[in-house]
Amino acid sequence: MLGKGLLKGLRETARNFVGSYSDPERLTTVQYPEERLALKENTRNFPFLVFDGNDSTKGLRCVACKICEKECPPQCIYIVLERDEKGKPQKHPRVFDIDISVCMSCQICVEVCPFDAIKMDQVYELSRSDRFDGLLMRKPDLAKSNDYYHTIHPTEASEVDGRLAAEKAKAEAAKAKLAPPAAAPAPKSPDPAATAAKAAAPNTPAPSTNAPPQPAPATATAVIPPPAANISPSPERKADL
Amino acid sequence: MTWNAETIFADLKREILALVSPDNQPVVSVLLSIAPLLAVFPTLFALTTILERKGLGRIQNRYGPNRVGPFGLLQPVADGLKTLFKETVQPRAADRVVFFLAPVFLVLPALLAFSVIPYGKYMVPLEMDAALLFFFAVGAGTELAVFMAGWASRNKYSLLGAMRAVAQMISYEIPLILCTVPVIMLSGTLSPVEIVENQNRYTAAIAHWNVFTPWGAAGFILFLIAAAAEANRSPFDLPEGESEIIAGYYIEYSGFKFALFFLGEYLGLFAMCGLGITLFLGGWTAPFDFLTFIPSYVWFFLKLLALISLFIWVRGTMPRVRMDQLMNFAWKFMLPMAVINIVAAAAWKFTPILGFKWAVSGVIILAGYISLAQGLTRKAHFSKRTYRFAT
Amino acid sequence: MPLSFYILAAVTVISALAAMSLRNLVHCALCLALSFLGMAGLFLHMNAGFVAFAQILVYVGAVAILIVFAILLTRSAEPARSPRASSLAFSIPLALVVGAILINAISSTNLPFSANPANAPTVRELGHALMTTHVIPLEVIGLLLTVALLGAIVIALPEQTSSAQKGAVKS
Repeated sequence: MLGKGLLKGLRETARNFVGSYSDPERLTTVQYPEERLALKENTRNFPFLVFDGNDSTKGLRCVACKICEKECPPQCIYIVLERDEKGKPQKHPRVFDIDISVCMSCQICVEVCPFDAIKMDQVYELSRSDRFDGLLMRKPDLAKSNDYYHTIHPTEASEVDGRLAAEKAKAEAAKAKLAPPAAAPAPKSPDPAATAAKAAAPNTPAPSTNAPPQPAPATATAVIPPPAANISPSPERKADL
Repeated sequence: MTWNAETIFADLKREILALVSPDNQPVVSVLLSIAPLLAVFPTLFALTTILERKGLGRIQNRYGPNRVGPFGLLQPVADGLKTLFKETVQPRAADRVVFFLAPVFLVLPALLAFSVIPYGKYMVPLEMDAALLFFFAVGAGTELAVFMAGWASRNKYSLLGAMRAVAQMISYEIPLILCTVPVIMLSGTLSPVEIVENQNRYTAAIAHWNVFTPWGAAGFILFLIAAAAEANRSPFDLPEGESEIIAGYYIEYSGFKFALFFLGEYLGLFAMCGLGITLFLGGWTAPFDFLTFIPSYVWFFLKLLALISLFIWVRGTMPRVRMDQLMNFAWKFMLPMAVINIVAAAAWKFTPILGFKWAVSGVIILAGYISLAQGLTRKAHFSKRTYRFAT
Repeated sequence: MPLSFYILAAVTVISALAAMSLRNLVHCALCLALSFLGMAGLFLHMNAGFVAFAQILVYVGAVAILIVFAILLTRSAEPARSPRASSLAFSIPLALVVGAILINAISSTNLPFSANPANAPTVRELGHALMTTHVIPLEVIGLLLTVALLGAIVIALPEQTSSAQKGAVKS
């Protein structure tokens, strides 16, 4: 009969209309600013720097080794090593900038970091009124506590913590065997490695992508280049990429 | 003097007229009739846009606009401001004069058509003898405006849209006029006021609306379909056809001219609904005689809202028809059905007893409907395609 | 004669002249529609509402659209070239002959003028007249229109046999 299908369709839409008022489950819209969906644990977008403890500058795990700066495909990371008044390099960055308008969220910096110092973040409300400076993340913006890391990626963070603790214990054990009288508690596990490497080869190009996850202090092979004055790509760096 | 809800607007007008000098009274009277029309219907247009967006949203299990103002009720204001502030772009090759005149000529007929509809017992802006004819004559101007818009844009899509629109409007104008004929026949008048008066009778508390007769019901449904096609409403919105010809004849219009096209379309729809109410739903009369204490204009606008909601509901349900389906439907179903409906109305008029009237009229309409539906739903027979040279 | 009559008359005549003399065919058609509207206004001026609205419905709503369609479907809307001398030599005598016949017809008709066209017939009276005194002309016009309709359908029907033959020859 002509018109039966039309009536059926009208009944269906009427049911939808009434149902959407009586049964809020039918409404699929998430009213974004007021309500939002929980993010999946593996969600990631831009990198941030992890610090231990409470001090966001002192506790920073980053030692300004610049591996991530070298490896970053779009070259959005800029690091300057901190030096004291005598010009002696300190083991943390004075400047650590990430231009997230350039960042492509590839996570390579996280993969290459030997110190588990850089991880991927989940913040997505990053709109700014200024697209140049506003989207350039400085060190204070990037430094986030390990607790925060635990809240956004709990599984990954506890795994990382376990690994770091194991390595620290191993390093202390090794140190105790090597020089028992010194007994100085190593502030950070990679410190001897960094200094040794620097003294050995000041100008060697950085190793390609798969750096060893955590250099053991005794067998330090990670080569750390001297602090670069700026991020203009050098020939070596191009070769790297 | 006492204020009566039924006559409040008529009284108000008389009071205002008494304030001006007798020389100016005709002019002021005309203005007082025009001004409410110009205020009410564009406002209704704004309300309809939000109602439509909300309703369509709910039909699709969405919220619809709910950001601007409480429950999103200020959305039309935001939309209006947006269109006002937009740049008006005119194509270089466009025909300047015709391009400018088209939206004006689209809105004008729609507004003129409102002047003959009785909104209440004492609220008829313009009473004339051949008002129905006036309504349709004015509606004919819309077609020319649509063509002007499509042609003057110098855009192939607009021209295609205009051709589609004009072809569709001409095709559906005939059934539209033919399905008003039974009402005119049985009322014996072309004046909407008298047609409504004819329906203002009650038997056993139920009103004598034309829609409560077999020919009236059939005519009302035919009228609604034809009105949707005339107003380019979904499912007959081929002239706009966003997916095919982008927006049809008003592609090149932007800013407030675009808004005028929108306004004209909705005003045309309101006018059609108003006419349908007048002809079939008893105009301003109440459905039951114990409800007559509610003022007549309230009834009219309630019915208008109901019809608009019906159109929104249909829009949320039906997909757009194809061009050949559209034309087939107009010429192979609507037109013969309207003619059959005239025969049924004549049978109703000339058979004596009420039950007998129902039987004869109903049988004629049902027989016509079934036979026409068979013709329309018959599966097209496709023979197997053979190729002469390809295998 | 009131001012409104002169305005309407001017609109009608000027738009009719424009319909004849404009270069762009679509403009001509639109001017023709305007002139029809002016005519309708003149009818209204004489209190003949029914005729005026019928004029708009038929001429603006149907005839003008038909002309526009014909223009669009048959030729481009570009300005037409001026007529050639041979067609002018043919058309001027034709126009003169038609004009002479029309003038003769109009001058021989006795048109009763009245100062106040107040009591125009209502629609009901018109209907009665059409169905009683003028029923034969009405039926004849109806027949004519039906014949025209049938003719249009016959012309529009696909020529099945001949087109099949043509297709065979072409392929």
